[in-house]
Formats: sequence, C-alpha cells, structure tokens
Amino acid sequence: MSADVLGQVWRDEWGRVLALLVAQYRRLDLAEDALADAFEAAARTWPRDGTPANPPAWLLTTARRRVVDRLRAEAMAVRKRPLLVVEADVSQRAHAVLADPGGLVPDERLRLLLLCAHPSLAPEAASALSLRLVLGVSTEDIARLFLTSTPTMAARITRAKKKLVTAGVPLAVPDERTLADRVGVVASVAYLAFTAGYAPGSGPDPVRVDLASDGIRLARVALELLPGRAQLQALLALMLLQHSRRDARVDRDGPDPTIVLLPDQDRTRWHHDEIREGLSLLAAALEDEDSDARTRELLLQAAIAAEHATAAGAADTRWDRIAAAYARLEALTGSAVVRLNRAVAVAEHEGPDAGLALLEGLDDLLPLGHRLPATRAALLARSGQVAAAVAAYDLALDRCGNESESRHLRHERDLLSRPAP
Amino acid sequence: MRYAVLIYQDERMWAEATAEQRSAMHEAHGAFDRAVRERDALLGGEALTGVANATTLRRDPAGGVVLTDGPFAETAEQLGGFYLVEAPDLDTMTGLCALLPAAYTLEIRPVADVSEDDDWLAANEAAQA
Repeated sequence: MSADVLGQVWRDEWGRVLALLVAQYRRLDLAEDALADAFEAAARTWPRDGTPANPPAWLLTTARRRVVDRLRAEAMAVRKRPLLVVEADVSQRAHAVLADPGGLVPDERLRLLLLCAHPSLAPEAASALSLRLVLGVSTEDIARLFLTSTPTMAARITRAKKKLVTAGVPLAVPDERTLADRVGVVASVAYLAFTAGYAPGSGPDPVRVDLASDGIRLARVALELLPGRAQLQALLALMLLQHSRRDARVDRDGPDPTIVLLPDQDRTRWHHDEIREGLSLLAAALEDEDSDARTRELLLQAAIAAEHATAAGAADTRWDRIAAAYARLEALTGSAVVRLNRAVAVAEHEGPDAGLALLEGLDDLLPLGHRLPATRAALLARSGQVAAAVAAYDLALDRCGNESESRHLRHERDLLSRPAP
Repeated sequence: MRYAVLIYQDERMWAEATAEQRSAMHEAHGAFDRAVRERDALLGGEALTGVANATTLRRDPAGGVVLTDGPFAETAEQLGGFYLVEAPDLDTMTGLCALLPAAYTLEIRPVADVSEDDDWLAANEAAQA
C-alpha cells in the first residue's frame, strides 16, 4: 500500500467518519483525537496487513474503540463534560452505524459543515474549524495558511469547539429559509480559506498558495452536500478560474520568487481543465434567476475571471466586457476597490485618460494602500505625464510593505527617470 | 439549555419613540412572549429602568464599599432588560429572538451550571466535612 492510498482515504472519508462519531458521542474533542489516532494506526498497520476491504468501516471501528476507552478513563474524573446538542434521530442513526459499520456509511457531513461554518463563530475561526473537522487538514497547515503559529491556531480551534458546545449550537440542518442564509455563511467560510492562501505575506510563498486549494476543496464538498446552490456554484467557479493561473503567477527562476502579472503570464501553464470546470459551473449558476446580492457579486467576479481565462493572449482580452462587468459590480457593491479595478479595465479599453478620470475621488476612500498610487502612476506614465507618474510611484513605494511588489514599483519608476537615449 | 437574552438599546430611542413606535415594540415583545410560552420555556424576564437610576458598587483595596452614580460602563447602548429562556439549542434561541424589536442588539448567553464547577464542589464538600 502506498501513502497515496491512505492520503486518498483521509481526503474522502475523514469528514464522513468524524461526523458519525460526533453524532454518536457528542464530543468534538474526543471524536477528533480518536479519529486522528485511528489514522495513525492505519498508517502503521495497513502497509503490513493490507488495506482493509472497507476502509471507512475500519476507521470507524478503530476510532470508536478509542472514544470508548477515553470515556471510561474520564468516568473516573468528577467533572461532567458538556455535550454537543444533537437531535435524537441523528444520534440514533449514528448509533446504529457504529454498532454495525459494515454497510453503507451514511453521509452526515452536511450537519458537521453547518456546525463548523456557524454564524456564531468568528469567520476565521469557522474557516479554520471547517478545514480541520470537515476536511481533516492538519492544524499545522491551517496555521501556515492563516499566517500564525501552530500553538496559536490549535488554541483558536479549541476555543471554537468549546464555544459551539457551550453555546448550544446544534448538529442539525435548519429549515429551508434559514438554510438559505447558512449557505452564504458556508460560502464565505470557504472563500476566506481560499483568499488566505493568496494574502500577501512576507513573500510569495508557493506553499501557501497550495493551501488555498483546501478552500476549493471545502467549496467542492459544500456544493456536493448542498447541490444546485447558485452561490456555491458561483464561488467554486470563481475560485477555479483564479486558481488555474497559480503556476504561471510566480517566477522561481531568479534568486527570489517574483509575481508575474497577468499580461506576462505563460498561458500554457494555466490549468485548462480547471478553467473548463469553472466555466461550466459559471453557466450553471447563471441559470438561477433569483440569486441574492452576494451571489450576483460572485457571478460578476467569476465572469471577469472567465474573460481573462478564455482570452487566447493578453492582447485578445475583451476589456470592453470586463469594464462593463466592473461597472455592474461597482453599482452592486459601491466598493472603492472595485472602482479601482474598473479604472484599470476602462484604461485598457478606452485609454489611460479615461482610467485616470475614474480614479478621481478615490484618495479619501483608499488612503493607506499602495495600489491606488501605483495604478495612477502606471496610467500617468502611459499618458505621457512623466513627472506626475514618478511622484505617484514614490507615494506607492512609501506605502508598499511587500518586498516583491516594491521591487516591481521601483523598477517601473526607474524606467521613467532614466534619460531618453 | 437555559439562555439569558440581554437586551441592549440606546435609551434615547425609547424616550423619543412615538406612540406608534412604542406600540410596535410592545407588539414585538408580545409575539416573543407568546412564542416562548407556547414552548413552556419562559423562566423569567424584566425591563430595567434607565441607567440614570443605576448605582454601581465596587470594593476599594481595603474591602470597603464604594458607590458611584451611573452604570458599570458608559456606552452608546445600554442594558435595558433581559429574558431567561429554556431552549433546546442556539438556533432555536436565535429564531425566537428574531421576534423581538429590530432596534435591539441582543446578547445571547448560555446560563452556567455552577454546580458542575469542580473547584466549587470540592470547596463545598470540604466546608461540610
């Protein structure tokens, strides 16, 4: 047996088995530890004895024994541990499976996902907990994803589990009206995990971008458990279309990895299978005619990503359509960042002066970041206003905290200050 | 589970409310009260008078009692009342709370069971021994 088999079982079965243990024993901490132990035992014994015929049943039985052992040990202690709220029928069903796990292991992951992605948790805690409990991502990897230490992340996950139990958050599927809202929470929890991988850290760390794919996996599981939900389809489409460019985004040939901007990327290195999947999900999501504002926002973002993904080369990009999508997105969100992106698209379509006009009035709304002055500098340079462009680059450099982006800005500024040959 | 629902609101809002606004708020409390009573789950609840009537008691380092005029903390919104409700879980509790006036900010806190506090139990047993 290769490590791949166990890894595959981990990816496919962790959440299903954990959900059953939680439903039966109503203890998040015990269930998680016991299942981690069961996987450790599998890593030891499967290579020697062969992979069992029914891996999830094997894991369930092994983990169950660990839980029972721990519960016996705990019974000696005085203190009664608080239990998770679980509906009686869910608990009974889990009990039947645990007594005889030979048959089909029912999928209780939806309840587990809705528990972890509960609006009573802070978004980042919900995101970390969902990665840990639903997907089985290691605490160490989650810590790297969210740019924190493993002990800090472990403490955060423990606090989140405790809050769910103490506050009485149930392992349950709410009625349809509430469920519609909860789908939005699930989507934002997955998106947070995805974007954390792309957040600027101390440098473009390729490992963290790999971890962003766990956000995609979470969205994929969510869509599998909540099929046909337009918001999840739009979200997964957006993630896939953006993530498909990951290998072309970073140039690792130099001494330091540097970000490669979209027009300069080698498009043969994009993941075209992911682009195809993203496009078909986008088409499916667009069929839902009464989608809410957040879904429409995701659809427009995905449509913009799709324009880039389907352009044969940078010069073939349909900037008119991208500018139109940004205009609708700005009307929907009123966001200054969207306005900034719209200005870039309009400049590509109509010329730098039209883009510069759209930047008017943004300074008060975006007083801190470097992107506004950097964008203005690039547009001023293209419209031939060299002195103003250099000044804008200086301001951008002042505000930029990321080393690889600073290098890029300095390079652009120095090209302008150099006397013409 | 037992939950305390702590009601926060800018006191001026009530003071400045029109007769219709007040009656709409009474209506909302009535709807909440009925829904909770239907479940036979209302354990208690009161409206509080304004923070102008509050007296805060603290101890000085020597253990003496120090009284000050006013609430524990001066905030934009003040604790204006509470309910004590029995509910099977937080989702049920938040569903019930959605019936209360929209102008409120509600803090939902599970009630702690001090009888399960190990240290307290041990101390209590020691005291009785």
